[in-house]
Amino acid sequence: MNGFTGFLLRRIAGAVLVLLALSVVVYAVFYVAPGNVAQIVCGERCSPQQVALVHDKLGLGDPLYLQYGHFIQGIFAGRDFSSGTGVVHCSAPCLGQSYRTDEQVTDLIFGKLPVTGSLVIGAFALWLLIGVGTGVLSAWKRGGVVERLLTWLTLAGTSTPVFVIGLLLIIVLCSTLQWLPFPQYVPFTDNPEQWFWGLLLPWFSLALIESAKYARLTRSSMLETLAEDHVRTFRAYGLTERAIVGRHALRGAVAPVIALSALDAGTMFGSAVLTETLFGIPGIGRQLVESVRTVDLPVVVGVVLTTGFFVVLANAVADVLYATADRRVVLS
Amino acid sequence: MTPVPAGAPLVEVTGLHISFGDVRAVDGLSFTLQPGAALGVVGESGSGKSASAYALLGLHRGTGARVSGTIRVAGIDVNAASDAELRSLRGGLAAMVFQDPLSSLDPYYTIGDQIAEVYRVHKGGSRRAARARAITVLDRVGIPDAARKSRSRPHEFSGGMRQRALIAMALACEPRLLIADEPTTALDVTVQAQILDLLHDLRRDEGLGLLLVTHDVGVAAESVDEVLVMRAGREVERGPVGPVLASPREPYTKALLSAVPRLSPALPSVTPGALPRTPFAPEGGSSSNAGRAEDPAHPGADRGAGNGATSHARSAAVPSPRRLPGRGGVGEASAAGGDVVIEAVGLSKSFGRGRAAFDAVDGVDLHVRRGETLGIVGESGSGKTTLGRMLVGLLEPSAGHVTRSGDVQMVFQDPVSSLNPRRSIGESVADPLRAAGERDDTRIRARVAELLARVGLDPDRYDGYPHEFSGGQRQRVGIARALAAEPKLIVCDEPVSALDVTTQAQVTALLAELQRELGLALVFVAHDLAVVRQVSDRVAVMRRGRIVEEGEVDVVYGAPKDPYTRQLLAAVPSLDPALAAVRRAARREEAHVAAA
Repeated sequence: MNGFTGFLLRRIAGAVLVLLALSVVVYAVFYVAPGNVAQIVCGERCSPQQVALVHDKLGLGDPLYLQYGHFIQGIFAGRDFSSGTGVVHCSAPCLGQSYRTDEQVTDLIFGKLPVTGSLVIGAFALWLLIGVGTGVLSAWKRGGVVERLLTWLTLAGTSTPVFVIGLLLIIVLCSTLQWLPFPQYVPFTDNPEQWFWGLLLPWFSLALIESAKYARLTRSSMLETLAEDHVRTFRAYGLTERAIVGRHALRGAVAPVIALSALDAGTMFGSAVLTETLFGIPGIGRQLVESVRTVDLPVVVGVVLTTGFFVVLANAVADVLYATADRRVVLS
Repeated sequence: MTPVPAGAPLVEVTGLHISFGDVRAVDGLSFTLQPGAALGVVGESGSGKSASAYALLGLHRGTGARVSGTIRVAGIDVNAASDAELRSLRGGLAAMVFQDPLSSLDPYYTIGDQIAEVYRVHKGGSRRAARARAITVLDRVGIPDAARKSRSRPHEFSGGMRQRALIAMALACEPRLLIADEPTTALDVTVQAQILDLLHDLRRDEGLGLLLVTHDVGVAAESVDEVLVMRAGREVERGPVGPVLASPREPYTKALLSAVPRLSPALPSVTPGALPRTPFAPEGGSSSNAGRAEDPAHPGADRGAGNGATSHARSAAVPSPRRLPGRGGVGEASAAGGDVVIEAVGLSKSFGRGRAAFDAVDGVDLHVRRGETLGIVGESGSGKTTLGRMLVGLLEPSAGHVTRSGDVQMVFQDPVSSLNPRRSIGESVADPLRAAGERDDTRIRARVAELLARVGLDPDRYDGYPHEFSGGQRQRVGIARALAAEPKLIVCDEPVSALDVTTQAQVTALLAELQRELGLALVFVAHDLAVVRQVSDRVAVMRRGRIVEEGEVDVVYGAPKDPYTRQLLAAVPSLDPALAAVRRAARREEAHVAAA
């Protein structure tokens, strides 16, 4: 078990390093590259004096490494901002203040996280269920009508954009059949039941697209494990096909599926923009698009770092899950 | 369980045909196996031996293979049985042991759980009872501390332990028949001997019937009463193992046997009645080899003269690797002070760091002269491949140094994976030429054609792709590629271990011919003691990164000094069943002494 703890620690250390590297790149891209930040923050009509003031206030005159140092310090220890009249303390983890609203970026993001989190977690569970289920079924019944039907469906799924599936679902289920209310986001803490019904369609539209990918991955992974020698062994020892598929083939086949889907779930935090926009969900993706439009750099950097954090976290979780499933990984 | 009427055979196969698409794998095979008897099915790759064994458990069902004929195993008509009946047969009445014990076990579950699962499928009962049964059978197959080891996963076991675990799984439900498909092919020779001894004991103690499928005639000779030689899906010859191996009737059986490399330089012709005149190298072999041991300076010449009558008749059917033509002369030349082509001093290589570090090669000195073959023999993990790679310069030694007097090339084990499947063989052979700076395509093609002809391939096959060639032909391509750079020395890493014996013989004969004509020095790295015996002038025995014994091949094989060399030689299967029994008893005695 010692090896496993060591593996965990190494993995976490690796994740921290990746995040630090990401912060350097993001900081460089957004703060160093584009023109005069002070001018952008102040606005088009600011006088040169006003711009100079903003320049000073943001500490843009400091050397770059010092600016980055302040930024990192903010994340780990918090920092102070002058607000013209006084000093505003931004406690760790501090990602700065929005140029537009002077709101703290961390508060802004923490406000959006449960929203996107609700969307991603539900969709994640659904796409695993649908994807792995169809994948296993089409590998098991390969060559038959069922498999061809499933292959066709998953192909259609992968190639349909989310807004088409989402719109179709809304039109058919909410408008024509009126089985479901029009989706509207209600926080879980306000009303769990409405939260569930409001997210059902977003979950399905996101999950259908993703599950198509997972069905194909599971199918090929399943076919691979079904051809492995140990599956042959258990077949030669009188196990039923159900036991072979369920216990011996599936376990090997889902390891890569779980790993990839954990990664996808992490990425989804920043990239579910289309779904969020279509269903009017005030999540992180929409916030990112909005901030990019208004050149609200601290928010953009904050959101990118946060989603990066989730990707790295998901990656680490995926590795650990993989190693838990297959202990040989730890050894190599 | 279905009771089998007294006197009825355990296995009865009549007119078995198996085809995969257009390929007829098995073509009218019939045989019977009585309860408690042992039948060896021997053949080269593609002979249909494994397909026949799989058919006994109905394993072709649902795969697209067409099976016809009747197969009765323990009273069950396999082709007509329902799925449920078939499942009760599989593992319950007849259990199978496979070739590669690592991939044949599920990596995700513990050994004990896997055996318990199989037990519960057939016998039901509680999980606890099934786990207890798993520990009992693991103990039965000689796994020490079975209760604790049953909680290990397959990758935590060594190769031999895994094969024991697989045999334990086979025993779990007390079957009447054991089907072993190349059960020792993936194992080292000393481990192979242990597994064969275990199978032998199980037969004796449990009254198990055994169907042993193998490409290795020696393995069959060690283990079965009756042997069935197969070729291209048909039976060639069948009979009691002693007579068939001693005096085969069919030309194919004769050819197969003559291609099998032997440990003794001049094998006494094994005829009925003339049983082990010379028992075996470690004990009696020294008597016939005594003269050689005293005269190590002229091994080749001696062998050339002494090989004489007994082996010539045998080697008539197939070019035999046993005697390398003309090597005697070269051997004398080198003894007269031939030039050293490669010299390694204090060569070491360690892998890993800290606690995980280990020395794959640990202080090896060696040299090879022009026209000479140095055999390097050892079991898996002995460091022989690492050593070979350092000699070529593919690996940087951690300590020591190699002095080469010319170009050194390598021929690899697996002729399939060591050639790029997406490039024509001509291009592969041309690689060293291009690397040496040749740019002119006409000249390259001409040189490649010359090289292909040199190794016995059609010179016009420049544009052929690897999959169009057989295993032996691909190994010839590998040799041609090595020759392209006009090396002084070729390091061959297990060059024939992936090949059938008759192909093996042809490839080793080719190497010998090239050596004679080009004055090449060869380093022949292999696990197969008999092959090394046949091709080498000198041999180095490796264990745990060190050379434990080195010397003229006749001396090392005839009068081994190191206990490990003796142990290795004693483990090599003999082609003579009577001798095999004697040596099995000797091994047992030795184990007994070692335990006491």
